[in-house]
Amino acid sequence: MTLAHWTNRLAIGALALASGFAGGAATFYSPVHAAGGEPIHIERQEWSFAGVRGRFDREQLQRGFQVYKEVCASCHGLKRVYFRNLVERGGPMFDEESVKALAASWPNQIFDGPNENGDIATRRGALIKRPALLSDPILGPYDNDKQARAAQNGALPPDLSLITKARSVEFHGGVFAHIGQMLMDIANGYQEAGANYLYALLTGYKDPPKGVTLADGMNYNAAFPGHQIAMVAPFVDGSVKYQNEAVPRTVSQYSKDVTAFLAWAADPRLEERKRMGWLVMLYLLVTAVLLYFAKKRLWSTLH
Amino acid sequence: MANHEDTFKPGSRLSQWLDERLPVARMMHGQFVDFPTPRNLNYLWTFGGILTFCLGVQIITGIVLAMHYVPNDKMAFDSIEHIRRNVNYGWLLRSVHAVGASMFFVAVYVHIARGLYYGSYKAPREILWILGVIIYLLMMATGFLGYTLPWGQMSFWGVTVITNLFSSLDAVIPGLGTAIVTWLWGGYSVSGVTLNRFFSLHYLLPFVIAGVVGLHIWALHVVGQNNPIGIDIKTKSDSVPMAPYAVMKDLFALFVFIMLFAWFVFFAPDYLGHADNYVEANPLVTPPHIVPEWYYLPFYAILRAVPSKLGGVVLMFGSILVLLFLPWLDTSRVRSARYRPIFKWLLVLFFFTFLALGYLGSKPAEGIYVLWAQIFTAYYFLFFLVLMPIVGVLETPSPMPRSITESVLGDRAAPAKS
Repeated sequence: MTLAHWTNRLAIGALALASGFAGGAATFYSPVHAAGGEPIHIERQEWSFAGVRGRFDREQLQRGFQVYKEVCASCHGLKRVYFRNLVERGGPMFDEESVKALAASWPNQIFDGPNENGDIATRRGALIKRPALLSDPILGPYDNDKQARAAQNGALPPDLSLITKARSVEFHGGVFAHIGQMLMDIANGYQEAGANYLYALLTGYKDPPKGVTLADGMNYNAAFPGHQIAMVAPFVDGSVKYQNEAVPRTVSQYSKDVTAFLAWAADPRLEERKRMGWLVMLYLLVTAVLLYFAKKRLWSTLH
Repeated sequence: MANHEDTFKPGSRLSQWLDERLPVARMMHGQFVDFPTPRNLNYLWTFGGILTFCLGVQIITGIVLAMHYVPNDKMAFDSIEHIRRNVNYGWLLRSVHAVGASMFFVAVYVHIARGLYYGSYKAPREILWILGVIIYLLMMATGFLGYTLPWGQMSFWGVTVITNLFSSLDAVIPGLGTAIVTWLWGGYSVSGVTLNRFFSLHYLLPFVIAGVVGLHIWALHVVGQNNPIGIDIKTKSDSVPMAPYAVMKDLFALFVFIMLFAWFVFFAPDYLGHADNYVEANPLVTPPHIVPEWYYLPFYAILRAVPSKLGGVVLMFGSILVLLFLPWLDTSRVRSARYRPIFKWLLVLFFFTFLALGYLGSKPAEGIYVLWAQIFTAYYFLFFLVLMPIVGVLETPSPMPRSITESVLGDRAAPAKS
């Protein structure tokens, strides 16, 4: 056997061995979870806005906003979303007059700097504010983080404008399964891990398992890293009255609807983006095909 | 190559007048129309043009983004959201720029891998190759600086971790590393001052890259392109003029590449980023995993494979700097790995090593991951420093065609057609 043969075999053997080990390693030593506990499995949900052809379900966004308004807004702001966005294309598309009225009656008003007398606060010390307009952001109840923590037993309710983009789900499985999953997600235009996590969190309130003692003021949640979360379970069945009686008034439905709404809040250009994407892809495909045949014809004279 | 026939004819009197004073059109015609390209180039040779396109896209989208972006630690994150939500087509600009960085690296890795496989670093292309390594280093610096600008959690903590690497120099001269880190930060911690200077440098470096790219192309046009069989152009039938032949082929490849690019921009713009970077930077909260962008992961794995901090830093920078010495580390006179039966497989194993390091870089540095990162790091350096010099001497190359024409046309090569 020549040296070439020998190294050839060695190289292939090493490659096979290495890939086998890498796969094995990843299977047997599952990644340690963010919070240091056992891996938490987050189920994938069906979302109308997922994938290359995804669109928001208008009614779902409207219901989701209702849930946000009646439940979440008592602690959480949505400061990157403006009232005018609720009217715009690609969103819940409420009619303009009702959103104007909504803005004017929104309890968390706008602090606009000193008033005409140069005062920023009333005699009793409260900030001087004005009602919101269409051009104003949807604010939460607290003027600043310290006020929020003081009111919330030290916990800070995060602004929800980007929450579905700011959360992800770790993949638990072997390296090859992981690569396969990544390629599938890229091919399908699937990037909804944040929404899956949020849904799992909102529906993840359970009695703590035996042996788990919760810290003072904490609640058990199956999806939350470390399982101890300051937020109390936000929904009970029937707590939000949907206008459409055909839609179930359940914790799971509320969670789903508000997650869809927050996915829109985090990515208000999603529909415009995907619509334009198809036109761009079509243009690129047609041009690439034409270029291919032009190139083929040009080079055919050479051979 | 520099000494091909000049077929430029000024078309008008203005063009002639200009040609006698500043023959720019003549130069462009000679370098990008008449320029002889080997007729046997495969599609891996289209990535040079693709990379030029990527640089252009990054510069143009970057300049427009800078019109709306605010490089201030209190406002940077909000300004990016303002671009995403309120600026006309801001979402598109930002996605193209963010995805564009990843696509730039996809293309550069293919380009480098092609250079390795076909021996494009060997004489007389040493300077061309070294300029390429410099461009790659500048790209890594620019990408890193750019990733800090959104001022999200991963931006902030990425900067903190990477700039802190320099503090390992304290082990060489006590105080030196800390002094460098303070100097880089413009203070005693990563702050708005750091962000401001990183923005300035992020705007500067792409133009430095463009300059070095100019030199890279100049060097390329002096020595001519390598090709899949690694044998120089000898006769006229070995080459075709760049325009229209190579240009048309490059254009087709470019459009296929843009399709991949557009797919990410429109259907998965956040897929290549980190969720943590949609959380505003907070110096008081450390994310559970601090992970760099995917294109740095192999080097991150090398960094963490070494138990000593200084050792890790040295190996990480060494893993890139070793590329500068390839023209002299490879002792074989055969360029193309196609005719190098042993080297070919060692190189394939090296490519696998690089991908494996990338995977390991994304995992926490503990347990079996560290061991595997050490094994692959060892092979990374073994390949360049030991195997490359030795195999070049020991190996017997397989039979090669006599010329480019013969490799393309086989027996029909006898009467040269064009």
